[in-house]
Amino acid sequence: MAVKFDLNEREVWDGNYAASQALRQADVDVVVAYPITPSTPIVENYGSYVGNGYIDGEFVMVESEHAAMSGCIGASASGGRVSTATSSQGFALMAEVLYQASGMRLPIVLNVVNRALASPLNVRGDHADMYLGRDSGWIQFGAFNAQEAYDLALCAFRVAENHSVRLPVMVHQDGFITSHTAQNVYPLTDEAAKKFVGEIVPVDDMLDFSRPVTYGAQTEEDWHFEHKAKQHKAIMDSRSVIDDVFTEFKELTGREYKRVESYDMEDADVVIIGLGTTVETARVAARELRAETGIKAGVVAIRCFRPFPYDEVREALKNAKSIAVTDRSSPGGAMGAFYNEVSAAMYTSKNRPLVTGFVYGLGGRDFSIEEAKRIFTEQQAHADAGYITTDIQQFSGLRGPKLGFFQTDRS
Amino acid sequence: MAITSIKNLKEFSTNNDRFEGAHTLCPGCAHSMIVRELMNCTDDNLVVAANTGCLEVSTAVYPFTSWDTSWIHIGFENAATAVTGAEVMHKVRKKKGRLKDNDAPVKFVAFGGDGSTFDIGFQWLSGAMERGHDFTYICLDNENYANTGGQRSSATPVGATTSTSVAGTHSYGKKEKKKDIVSIMAAHGAPYVAQLAPNKWKIMAKGFQKALETEGPCFINTVSPCCTEWKFDPKDTIGITDLSTDSLMFPIYEIIDGHELNILYRPKNVISVEEYMASQGRYKHLFKPQYRHIIEQVQKDVDAKWDLLQRREEARI
Repeated sequence: MAVKFDLNEREVWDGNYAASQALRQADVDVVVAYPITPSTPIVENYGSYVGNGYIDGEFVMVESEHAAMSGCIGASASGGRVSTATSSQGFALMAEVLYQASGMRLPIVLNVVNRALASPLNVRGDHADMYLGRDSGWIQFGAFNAQEAYDLALCAFRVAENHSVRLPVMVHQDGFITSHTAQNVYPLTDEAAKKFVGEIVPVDDMLDFSRPVTYGAQTEEDWHFEHKAKQHKAIMDSRSVIDDVFTEFKELTGREYKRVESYDMEDADVVIIGLGTTVETARVAARELRAETGIKAGVVAIRCFRPFPYDEVREALKNAKSIAVTDRSSPGGAMGAFYNEVSAAMYTSKNRPLVTGFVYGLGGRDFSIEEAKRIFTEQQAHADAGYITTDIQQFSGLRGPKLGFFQTDRS
Repeated sequence: MAITSIKNLKEFSTNNDRFEGAHTLCPGCAHSMIVRELMNCTDDNLVVAANTGCLEVSTAVYPFTSWDTSWIHIGFENAATAVTGAEVMHKVRKKKGRLKDNDAPVKFVAFGGDGSTFDIGFQWLSGAMERGHDFTYICLDNENYANTGGQRSSATPVGATTSTSVAGTHSYGKKEKKKDIVSIMAAHGAPYVAQLAPNKWKIMAKGFQKALETEGPCFINTVSPCCTEWKFDPKDTIGITDLSTDSLMFPIYEIIDGHELNILYRPKNVISVEEYMASQGRYKHLFKPQYRHIIEQVQKDVDAKWDLLQRREEARI
């Protein structure tokens, strides 16, 4: 029986500590992990909870992130609750096994503290690792602060372990900005959290020897396609389960989450749509700019990056005139991936707003309120002109001369 | 619980059959003999993991499976990690009383070929051995990447021709010596490490039982002659294995607690490396005059290794 952990109604936690408390309260059976900055404290904390009897699980520190996820897969197929954490290069090393976790439909929860990918080596936050996971068949939630890192980790177990979903879930938070910034967090009591998360009911349990299971079989052109299609359908169908879990969480805590969230969007003409902590910066900028200039600025945030909420994005942006899509990952010779997703959603809308793309904040480069205001103002200029007056893809916050690519065809 | 009746091969081979005959391994492949022996030597529940390789691709092609027990394959390199993840979860669920049959003994076994054991999965294996999980890792050593058409691995012996160590007018085949995986695993401090062969099936079954019953990480390298890539007639698999153990190319021995070495089989009539090599197409080129010295060189290495094993056994160090 685990030792009781004393909690206050209001705690001051950083994002890492908040995520690790969610793992403790969810009574995670096994954490298989390899440390990497900035996510290390999540698994360190879990290990210390085990070491001090606050949890009855097992902490296994392995020799690489690839092994960490491999061990999670073996443990999860053995019918218990499994979680781990990683960042950046560790995420990249894990990439092979991420696909196998989702292909085997294992409900693993991975806390990803977003960090840039080398080279050049960089420990700060951007979304390169998150983007690397976007086709891996995992559900991806985005937390913008410590409270959300905690809340969404609890919700993640509910979604992953739902028998109609049975897919692994990543909970993303921004490296250092969220993971290392102490903020007020209102945790649930252990009892309430346990009740909300519930006990895992395993499916295809390797430790149930009355019904042997084979995991990781081979399929070639005869069946592989059907398996992948079924997996895609499962992640698409998870949307209603996610909505239900968020609704239940709101009833319990009063804190509301939606797959797409809108701020000051009732009458907004110009919009920044973003992921991660950028959303909070853009929200402040939109409010200030409205007061200062009268520009009707609004913000749309993606809470659930996968499955991508096309319908909800289109609905949220249906009255917008010009939209700035913010990609915190180097696209390497293309438009930003997020830009492409939003553009795809808006191309089928009635009013087809202007959509520009901003690559920003790579390697932890600060995204300021002033820069957000500049972007809103530029969107207003596009809206007034009726076309995109700048390069469609721009680099925001870059030193030296401006960098941009691809222009509107006005011929 | 270990099966005690292993005197009669016919009886033993049909005991508690959890590995179905319907697989797609090549006729004459030794893999299935080794796997069947492992599965038959215990009554305990088994969680088996396999690295990508001949065994894996031949025994779990959807919608079929040869495994009448819990089985998992993730990738080329990580069966040791997968099975130790399962071992840890078993420990936790047992502690919490959350297993269907909480007291039933369970054994955890990982299989890998020599490519996934000596090369690509080496780090994962080493990590799992170091962490001290209660599991047994069995390498099916056929000395090449047979599943992908016979490329050299670090288990390929000197002089063998493979698709990536090609013998020809300017090359006698593989130049580098085989990695001594048994010593490396013993150096991890593993409580039980052995090299076994399917022709000596009683010794092999006893070795498997010892590994399964020993608490902690155990490692066994098994000789698995590959008719396809070694190039011999599929009906000769056990005969070729006899030549491998009797030429001392594959000495049969165990190492307990990293130091106590016991030779488990001493051939009455040791045959020459030349005779062993003459039985397989992969060494054919070595019988040309310009490459004959390689056979002599390998014979010297084999003699030196056998001498070392005997001295270690005698010295008990």
